[in-house]
Amino acid sequence: MKQFRTDLHIHTVLSPCGDLEMSPSNIVSLARNRGLDIIGITDHNSTKQCELVWKLGRSSGLTVIPGCEMTSREEVHCLGLFEDFDALRMFQSFLDRHLTLIPNKPLLFGYQLVVDEDENILEEVVNYLGASLDVSIEEIEQKVHELSGIFIPAHIDRPRNSLFSQLGFFPPELKVDSLQISKNSDEVAIRKKFMISDAITLVKFSDAHFSADLGKTYSIFEMEEATFDEIRKALHGADGRKCLIPTPSSL
Amino acid sequence: MKVFELVEELGLKVFSGHKGLDREISGGYVSDLLSDVMGNAQEAQVWITLQVHQNVMAIASLKDLAAVILVSNLEPQENTKQNSDEENIPILGTSLPAFEIAGKIYQAFNR
Ligand SMILES: [Zn+2]
Ligand SMILES: [Zn+2]
Repeated sequence: MKQFRTDLHIHTVLSPCGDLEMSPSNIVSLARNRGLDIIGITDHNSTKQCELVWKLGRSSGLTVIPGCEMTSREEVHCLGLFEDFDALRMFQSFLDRHLTLIPNKPLLFGYQLVVDEDENILEEVVNYLGASLDVSIEEIEQKVHELSGIFIPAHIDRPRNSLFSQLGFFPPELKVDSLQISKNSDEVAIRKKFMISDAITLVKFSDAHFSADLGKTYSIFEMEEATFDEIRKALHGADGRKCLIPTPSSL
Repeated sequence: MKVFELVEELGLKVFSGHKGLDREISGGYVSDLLSDVMGNAQEAQVWITLQVHQNVMAIASLKDLAAVILVSNLEPQENTKQNSDEENIPILGTSLPAFEIAGKIYQAFNR
């Protein structure tokens, strides 16, 4: 079994709150330089920057998992990760059907840019990507799983836009592949506070919007190789695979 | 004031939980954060919200609220209605946004 430093929650320049330094080329080279093995690209309610990061990652030995950070009708943030670009395209059309249409105000919310590898602007997305989808968290989860994706509620311990802030407690019908906690939080305390069963794996990812945050927060995935299937197994603790949250001393 | 009196006075729609219409109302609480309602709503209040998730009813029952009022023509999810019938806590609806319905209920209480 090998260990992979994994951070599956990273924003690019496409997210309104994502710093302009978070271009695909920059993310890939910083992730490599700072020792990450696997990254996930999860912009708010859009997947349009994933393919380029994946391409750049492939040519520099970095595994890139395409994905998205969705905002449910209840305003819960949750991550969806996908195995291939067919699934990703189908998920993008789901996003297009369900995003609440509010024109973006770049000076207020930030720019939403799709760029190429030389950081030329290819598109400026006009609808505000921080708006919510008009579907429940359960409907989003079902869509992700229908497309054989991985579903992870994001930063569950945050006082806003989290599973517990918005919904009070774990919804009985929701099926998660794991739960993501924030960078400074304590796993044991969070399990106790929210009464999370030991059957559910907790992971830490960076939720990086700025290049300075990239590489500082990750989980260690212990598995055979850096593939989507292995990642899913590790999240579920299957066949001896597992996810570990580094303690401050081991970082 | 009882729930059915509020329904009549403000012309609210009753989606479900009809058996709870004679609950006594102690006041109201407006919030869309379910964690906040769990912590701060008081027994027998009516809860004004735009959340329609199933967890709404579980929290209404936990806090023993008098009724839930959905604003802006929102409709409860099917399983939310079922829970409301089981718990006998009515889900009511209005076309008004939260600010206006809260104002009307506040007035009704302070006459
Ligand atoms: Zn988020
Ligand atoms: Zn995020």
